[in-house]
Amino acid sequence: MIPSLASRHSWFEATARKRIAGLLDPGSFTEILPPAASTPSPHLAKLDLPGAFDDGIVIGCGQLEKQPIFIAAQEGQFIGGAVGEIHGAKLVGLLKRAVREKPAAVLLLIDSGGVRLHEANAGLIAISEIMRAVLATRAAGVPVLALIGGSCGAFGGMGIVAKLCSAILISEEGRLALSGPEVIETVAGVEEFDSKDRALVWRVTGGKHRYLMGDCAMLVEDDVSAFRAAATAFLADWQEPAPSVGLLRATQRQLENRLTAYGAYRDGLQIWAALGVTNPESVPLLDRDSLVALKEGLPT
Amino acid sequence: MEKLNFQFESVPALPAADPALCGVVGSGNLEILLNAGDAPNLCVVEIKTAARGFADTWQAVIGAFAAAHPAGGTRIAINDMGATPAVVSLRLAQALAEYQGGVQ
Amino acid sequence: MNAPLPRQWDSLRQNRGRRLERAASLGLAGKNGKEIPVDRIIDLLEAVIQPGDRVCLEGNNQKQADFLSESLADCSPERINHLSMVQSVLALPSHVDLFERGLANRLDFSFSGPQGARLAKLVQEQRIEIGAIHTYLELFGRYFMDLTPNVALIAAQAADAEGNLYLGPNTEDTPAIVEATAFKGGIVIAQVNERLDKLPRVDVPADWVDFTVLAPKPNYIEPLFTRDPAQITEVQVLMAMMAIKGIYAEYGVTRLNHGIGFDTAAIELLLPTYAADLGLKGKICTHWALNPHPTLIPAIESGFVESVHCFGSEVGMDAYISARSDVFFTGADGSMRSNRAFSQTAGLYACDMFIGSTLQMDMAGNSSTATLGRITGFGGAPNMGSDPHGRRHASPAWLKAGREAYGPNAIRGRKLVVQMVETFREHMAPVFVEELDAWKLQKSMGAELPPIMIYGDDVSHIVTEEGIANLLLCRSPEEREQAIRGVAGFTPVGMARDKAMVENLRDRGIIRRPEDLGIDPRMATRDLLAARSVKDLVRWSGGLYAPPSRFRNW
Repeated sequence: MIPSLASRHSWFEATARKRIAGLLDPGSFTEILPPAASTPSPHLAKLDLPGAFDDGIVIGCGQLEKQPIFIAAQEGQFIGGAVGEIHGAKLVGLLKRAVREKPAAVLLLIDSGGVRLHEANAGLIAISEIMRAVLATRAAGVPVLALIGGSCGAFGGMGIVAKLCSAILISEEGRLALSGPEVIETVAGVEEFDSKDRALVWRVTGGKHRYLMGDCAMLVEDDVSAFRAAATAFLADWQEPAPSVGLLRATQRQLENRLTAYGAYRDGLQIWAALGVTNPESVPLLDRDSLVALKEGLPT
Repeated sequence: MEKLNFQFESVPALPAADPALCGVVGSGNLEILLNAGDAPNLCVVEIKTAARGFADTWQAVIGAFAAAHPAGGTRIAINDMGATPAVVSLRLAQALAEYQGGVQ
Repeated sequence: MNAPLPRQWDSLRQNRGRRLERAASLGLAGKNGKEIPVDRIIDLLEAVIQPGDRVCLEGNNQKQADFLSESLADCSPERINHLSMVQSVLALPSHVDLFERGLANRLDFSFSGPQGARLAKLVQEQRIEIGAIHTYLELFGRYFMDLTPNVALIAAQAADAEGNLYLGPNTEDTPAIVEATAFKGGIVIAQVNERLDKLPRVDVPADWVDFTVLAPKPNYIEPLFTRDPAQITEVQVLMAMMAIKGIYAEYGVTRLNHGIGFDTAAIELLLPTYAADLGLKGKICTHWALNPHPTLIPAIESGFVESVHCFGSEVGMDAYISARSDVFFTGADGSMRSNRAFSQTAGLYACDMFIGSTLQMDMAGNSSTATLGRITGFGGAPNMGSDPHGRRHASPAWLKAGREAYGPNAIRGRKLVVQMVETFREHMAPVFVEELDAWKLQKSMGAELPPIMIYGDDVSHIVTEEGIANLLLCRSPEEREQAIRGVAGFTPVGMARDKAMVENLRDRGIIRRPEDLGIDPRMATRDLLAARSVKDLVRWSGGLYAPPSRFRNW
């Protein structure tokens, strides 16, 4: 058999706990509020739904290549990784502790459709608290890395959180956007966006597109050890200026230019052609290394 | 949601990793948290399940598990999203193996 | 006394001539008498089809003559009515429209998956008369006996100016339909996706074809045999391990057919890993009657598979098949030639094993996928899943099964017919039941027989997560019943087992648990699958497999 297939451990398929176990140095992870000490969501219980012991998020401390790391991983299989009150509070608490203890980095393993609708306002408040906490952590000089490659991607509020991080590492299977494909189709109609056309969904929200657009710092194979290697490499070279109004203004200008240049397009294929990709149809089938090479060869 | 409570007599388990967690609360799946209990010959089970009306089946599945494995001295908490008996049996076996430190 | 009137012996030919003259009188003879403009198709159908005709609308669970079906449904019921439809599959809405709009009133068929509920309603309203529900081979057989079509409406990939047809990889039922129709005074009309000056190869000679029409869009093909490895569960992996170790290896099954479910997809994906580790490469699963399942790619690439003959093709597999012509049956042009009639024959007589799944099984081992309120039929499954009493050639697997069933002095062998099911389906519906829904369905439909897919006396083994029951070794109906209950898990019928008798069956090796096979259920993880996603399949194929968009997450 193909050896590389035999030994691969898919990030997309792994549970939150498996991702953490494979990402950090073996045996280095200590969970904060483990299942036996945690409380399932009271909101779900009121709605007569079974909760999860950890409310769908695992948080804790560990090491990455011997560097102290804080880490949080969302479980996409539990209600689509959606953010509820306890789920959010665990993540905010971890980030606040990072401001105090200053680990080498915080890794957010995002796998979420956004706010947990069952918890309405509590979930929305949780998302805004997470956003503030991410910025506060970065302001304290601790980089916050978003790792995206789970089946739920990073949508809704967690899409925004991802963009507030120092950088995003994404796999081809990962997706990043504000409104999810089904939401867009429901609101604007199937003519606007066919959420069942999965190839289109990935051409518009998927990891390759986000990487080509410059939204993500690195494109990573769908493999736990590839994410580990990418996070290690990224942090080794990491430098970021402190957040400032000037930086925000520059980003705003870039986004306005992007909207002017590509706002009328309906498909990643059109945008890639405009970016200077000579054979856009080939992009979805390129392997990771070829796509990275292609991006590096693009006119800037 | 239905809440079910059972207890079964069982040969004492040998804890190595207390507590042990297995599975995820996803569609057709369940999570099992295995803690040390008080009575060494009892397996005490608390289940929260999204599927109503299967108390007899749960009792049979976990009863068969407690009869076939050393599961005494444990408290088992389960959050279930409609797992079939095959999946429940598999997760129980996995959780117990973890609890006993990978003993076959 | 008058002499008897001389019998006219060529009335079919003369009738055919009159139909062609009617078409010609409407200017529908084309430059070669074959090509019909697309906007005249209804005129043509109304000219050559007569009330009361037997009409075959080609369509299987893959390729569909969808344009001709919609066109026929748009014909005037004043001109065309009382048609008797003879066709493999009732799959498209327009197939049922024919009956609702009063063009047709009788149906002989094999399978009606998506339209099963509409069909049941029409039967209850007595607006449709069902001749019989057949297996594919039975229906093809009757095309050459008493159900020969007067008119066949077929689908081809391409036609040339003379009317020769190229069928492409989805040959499927076309040869059987055309041969029966063209050689018994019938009329053959083909919808084609394209017209070519030179065909890649000729699958149907122009002599057998009367008219061709360029369809407005390519004929519909359903990707029916694509199973996403991401959806295979640990329990399916466990059952696949048990099947490989407890049946494939023990009988040395080399010639076989698989069902289309996730259970058998799991087996296909364990061949390069688990089966290879057991040293079974070259000893099992070398020759197949099977559609080109994408999940078979890793086994092919690993050298497990020597030959695959296909009923039809599968969307996205064409380039891969062309590049693996040692394995698949391909023409000089490079593309595959499938053939449902021949592959069904191979499945019936040349395979040592059929393994598939079902929705319900009773305590006699009868199984059915029929559910209340739907009439579906079973396509080819009953042919595959039956022990053919007409078989005479021996093979080690066939002989071993025969000796288990009939004793050491058996004068015949036995086909392995394996049913593989998890004891509960989704929503906790038990697979094992005291009585099949098929019996209620028979009453509500007034049918002559209950719709049973595989008869219990044809079943040799049942595989569930609880174990394998070998029914060949049972020596009485009571033993069979307890063997089935003994692997029926925590279903009500499973819990009603006679525990002592089940333990006795286990001691005799008639029931075998995972531990009896040396399998630890906790080792049954998805990591054993050679591919865990559709993208893995693409990688295995070296980029040759091009999955449909709905199966992609990249």
